[in-house]
Amino acid sequence: MTTTAFKDPVREASPGAATRERRRTGRIRRAGLPYLLLLPALVLELLVHLVPMVIGIIMSFKELTQFYIRDWGTAPWSGFSNYKVSVDFNAPVGNALLHSFFVTVGFTLLSVGLCWLIGTAAAVFMQDSFRGRGLLRALFLVPYALPVYAAVITWVFMFQHDNGLVNHVLHDQLHLTGKPSFWLIGDNSFYALLTVSVWKGWPFAFLIVMAGLQNIPRELYEAAALDGAGTWQQIRRITLPSLRPVNQVLVLVLFLWTFNDFNTPYVLFGRSAPDAADLISVHIYQASFVTWNFGTGSAMSVLLLLFLLVVTGTYLLVTSRGRRASDG
Amino acid sequence: MRRIRAAATGAVTLSLALAATACGGGSATGGGSNDSPKTLTYWASNQGASIAVDQQVLGPELTKFQKQTGIKVKLEVVPWSDLLNRILTATTSGQGPDVLNIGNTWSASLQATGALLPWDAKNLAKIGGKDRFVDSALGSTGAAGKDPAAVPLYSMAYALYYNKKIFADAGIARPPATWDELVADGKKIQAKGKSALGAEGASLAENIHHVFVFAKQHGADFFTADGKPNFTDPKVVDAVRSYVDLMAKDKVIPAGDAEYAQNQSVSDFAKGKQAMLLWQSAAANLKSQGMSEDAYGIAPVPVISGTPGTGTQVNSMVAGINLAVFKNTHNLDGATQFVKFMTSDEEQKILNKAYSSIPPVKSAQADAAFGTPANAVLKNTLATSAAALPQVASESQFETAVGTAVKDLFADAAAGRAVTTDSVKAALDKAQQQMPAA
Repeated sequence: MTTTAFKDPVREASPGAATRERRRTGRIRRAGLPYLLLLPALVLELLVHLVPMVIGIIMSFKELTQFYIRDWGTAPWSGFSNYKVSVDFNAPVGNALLHSFFVTVGFTLLSVGLCWLIGTAAAVFMQDSFRGRGLLRALFLVPYALPVYAAVITWVFMFQHDNGLVNHVLHDQLHLTGKPSFWLIGDNSFYALLTVSVWKGWPFAFLIVMAGLQNIPRELYEAAALDGAGTWQQIRRITLPSLRPVNQVLVLVLFLWTFNDFNTPYVLFGRSAPDAADLISVHIYQASFVTWNFGTGSAMSVLLLLFLLVVTGTYLLVTSRGRRASDG
Repeated sequence: MRRIRAAATGAVTLSLALAATACGGGSATGGGSNDSPKTLTYWASNQGASIAVDQQVLGPELTKFQKQTGIKVKLEVVPWSDLLNRILTATTSGQGPDVLNIGNTWSASLQATGALLPWDAKNLAKIGGKDRFVDSALGSTGAAGKDPAAVPLYSMAYALYYNKKIFADAGIARPPATWDELVADGKKIQAKGKSALGAEGASLAENIHHVFVFAKQHGADFFTADGKPNFTDPKVVDAVRSYVDLMAKDKVIPAGDAEYAQNQSVSDFAKGKQAMLLWQSAAANLKSQGMSEDAYGIAPVPVISGTPGTGTQVNSMVAGINLAVFKNTHNLDGATQFVKFMTSDEEQKILNKAYSSIPPVKSAQADAAFGTPANAVLKNTLATSAAALPQVASESQFETAVGTAVKDLFADAAAGRAVTTDSVKAALDKAQQQMPAA
């Protein structure tokens, strides 16, 4: 009785070639597997990001208004006119966009700075264990965990002119203002927006910095203490330099989130934000979906994307050079 | 390896092609069909005190329609703040409801998208003909000279609601008929420690409705006869200033109302904190907030002089809700039947009573329920002294641009900054520059 019912004449003739073939197939499978596993993510990435982006760019070259939204492909080409309108700073549309850009830059710098400062201070404060630390840590994270809409609408109530908690405390109790202030309209709206943004954003900074602190060896602090370094010196010489890689990512992420934040101003002010708090994301939304100039809105979005790419690229270049220099 | 790469490239190309096709410009086709004759999707605007109230009002009527026709109507009540965006999204994607409510002031703007079924003579004949509807309501169904983009469903008009007790306490015998009288009465009311007149200073739509009426009273229009924006016309500037001056100069509107946009002024009135309210068909809203019908009176909105009428004595916009059909509906016959049902005499009476509005259908309007003194004011206003907002394609943008300008002017007034002819003109000039080229 034989165990081989069927004999492969090629294999029989050359057993070495068959082994090589098997090995080659195995290698291909092994080398191809990662690509195969990446494929679904790649396809989704294309569908979710790249395709809409390409469509957005095409739209920015079209005269896309309510007359064509039902079939935007038929909208006439307008060349660079949407871009020209957006960057003509002497005309109202460009001027308003420029104003909105500066408001957003100022708002982003202040918000990211304050989020980082408060988050870092809180993380350093929470580094040493003390009674109630866990509870406090959980409390600190509440703003980050709350749904944005619910949190911001609560702030809307608190900022009300007549019945809001903010005026009640500042005016009625502390007598800091001559008369109750308006927070949701007029110039103060910038500070209202900043307050909510920082309240919402600092717990993320806190979380990331806290994670970064875990990686700093305690021995460094003990050695520094033995050498007579005070708390501030320890923070300046050990904590901050050790946190540098973490901070580089943290600041970048906070910057992008804050610069593009739509939910906070939209829930606070509705579809027409006051001039002082006219963030660029809401401004572009208004251009596209409120005044129905979809072509101009798309052009503004492309310009914003380019700006963010340049800023992010420069930032990454500078910080990676700095890191290489310090590593070297 | 090469084969796998080729497969990956193929998959990606295919997915891109599919996506591009899927996103390729919404619904180019669409004259409607009868592919799903047994169902309809209906987006109703939020008319009642809450979405739950609307579901209670409309639910039994939709069941009635199903019994009559065998067509099941899937109802979604959409809040006003979302409605226009939802309609735009549906227009772009082609995936909208079969039948929907639209604000009547949006008719011409939405008509321009081409997404709504035109109500030509043939379609109108299926629901009983054009003559069933009140003329002023038909005036807000699309651009002049074109077939209506929708049919009127609920009609409303602005009126002056006044608190009888506060008026009596201030020694005021009758509601003011002119703005000067309103300001004088307001001072007497304020002397008694009450707020005089409410406003929604941060609501773009409310601002537009009021400045439109003020413009009419000043003999001005926001658009020229050929549909071009004309916001900086001196008479328009005067009109807008007159409205904002009720807070800035006359102080009868409290500064706090500058940030109102969620009907807080209606609550203030219902709670008896404020003596007067300019509102459209507020009875159901006031009742839901616990204010008895005996506690307030209803009078025509004041005019500059004399009594309301046509021309410069206009005292209300033609407010209301229209019913439209999405052109690419898969149940064209069912949608038409539904519109006929909703505009039938019986349904008009039921629904307009529930929402304290006036039926735009003449035969339903004759019902005794709409002849009460309160409804008589609204009915008379609609018939004699109301005007439709400009039926131009850029009406929606006009609401946003000018509504925002008035909101900013109210913010200035609230902050104590001077509101001058120049500042009003500058705000309106900015609004005009934001309008799309016609």
